Amino acid sequence: MGVVQGDQMVLNIGPQHPSTHGVLRLQVRTDGEIVSEIKPYIGYLHRCFEKHCENVTYEQVIPFTDRCDYIASMNNNFGYVVTMEELMEIKVPERVEYIRVIMAELNRIASHLLALGTYGLDVGAFTPFLYMFRDRERILDIFELTCGARLLYNYMWVGGVSHDLPKDFERICIGFLDYFEPKIKEYNDLLTHNKIFLERTADVGVLPPDVAISFGVSGPNLRGSGVKWDVRKDEPYSIYDRFEFEIPLGEGEFGTVGDSFDRYWVRVCEMKESIKIIRQAIKNLPDGDVFQTIPKKIRPPKGSIYRRTESPRGDLGYYIISDGSPKPFRVKMRSPAFTALSSLSEIAQGWMLSDVIAILGSLDIVLGEIDR
Amino acid sequence: MTSKEIKKTLDRQFPGSVIENVDFAERQVELKPDQWLEIATFLKNDPGLSFDQLECVTGIDTGEDGPLQSRYNLHSMEHRHKIEVVISLDRSNPKVASIEQVWRVGDWFERETYDMFGIIYEGHRDLRRILCPEDWEGWPLRKDYETQETYHGIVVSKIKEEEWE
Repeated sequence: MGVVQGDQMVLNIGPQHPSTHGVLRLQVRTDGEIVSEIKPYIGYLHRCFEKHCENVTYEQVIPFTDRCDYIASMNNNFGYVVTMEELMEIKVPERVEYIRVIMAELNRIASHLLALGTYGLDVGAFTPFLYMFRDRERILDIFELTCGARLLYNYMWVGGVSHDLPKDFERICIGFLDYFEPKIKEYNDLLTHNKIFLERTADVGVLPPDVAISFGVSGPNLRGSGVKWDVRKDEPYSIYDRFEFEIPLGEGEFGTVGDSFDRYWVRVCEMKESIKIIRQAIKNLPDGDVFQTIPKKIRPPKGSIYRRTESPRGDLGYYIISDGSPKPFRVKMRSPAFTALSSLSEIAQGWMLSDVIAILGSLDIVLGEIDR
Repeated sequence: MTSKEIKKTLDRQFPGSVIENVDFAERQVELKPDQWLEIATFLKNDPGLSFDQLECVTGIDTGEDGPLQSRYNLHSMEHRHKIEVVISLDRSNPKVASIEQVWRVGDWFERETYDMFGIIYEGHRDLRRILCPEDWEGWPLRKDYETQETYHGIVVSKIKEEEWE
């Protein structure tokens, strides 16, 4: 180094900045409006999740997982309990499996609504955000009805769920789906096919498939690059192998495969697939006791396990090591947003500063999960 | 390929690098640290293996005087098979080759493991702390970790185990 680069400027975006979706600092080196280098600094929300886990019992870890990805707490619970059940070889009742899938998919819709709404905000569209939050509210109401909480549920337990479904749940849930399904068209009219939105997102921040895989990018971001990979289909867990649904892929409809628009569009399409899954699950929902297989004391056998599940942000993995005691020896969370953010410096290079915000928004990161 | 076949392939290609250890499960393979970079490159580029995805890097402290471990979960998008590589490192001098240039995601994963366990990844181009502040003392996820009393004059609260019982 030591070379004076007079026309370059270093800018700090964040940590407190609305378009960084949390507490994230981006150190950006710019040449005029063009970004030549970008360095993310994370850790502002680090709460020692993994260290805490070693000091609490296995059931007490579940509320911590809620707080990692607080936009999709159900999916985080789901990943943890599925991993624990695989380690302990517990077979949960059919009803529990169906309830979990319904909740996870509802939460996926809620999470995508937030992602798409705030993405609209990032590129300057305010109204879709309000529309999507209006509908997200209805999902939160369903969760509140089920377990009393609206954001951090602690709903799925090892071997079962904390509450059975409320009376009349099927009718309420179907009612919501019937209400929500036509709303997707409304979003498309309002945001997706808006000319300004297309100009801001299509062809911007292209992530080629091989780079995406090398960076461990997963979930909708990876599918936006055209890679057909969905843990629900490719490494089925719980009862996902029983449902019929498609894996939407980015096709480069308005630009290149893997651009910001494709990542956005995959999320819109995924909401439709989630609706399909929920409808099938409600149709086949069996009766039964949901507390039957909850163990009195959780003491898994000695051993280790790594399992990944599909959270709305991608491959959410848990690495759990048990030494036979009631407390975990080690819990590691492989967070999908962490790997997605690590690819930002690669894909945002060479774009305008305003495009960096559009690219960052399209990755749909949650800082709670990155910093853990 | 099954994990057994993958192990065999590795043993054939790099004689003496695979350590037989009955403590590990079927899906895991323990390797000696010295040839790790070559093995990693081979795992990624060999057409029969083609592990193009590094799912996760986990650091582990096996406890009192035990070794530190760096574990890598690998997955192949093409062949849909997976393997877990375990590398045990000496506690007093935990050093292993960095695979950051083989799988790009290794960059941040290794920085995280360095941050939490103090494992030095040799050849990493930007090995800094990632989650903790840069001037933090100690390696938080090691079992013998003692929290520092103060950080820039701020008292650091400690986890008291009794409180959680």
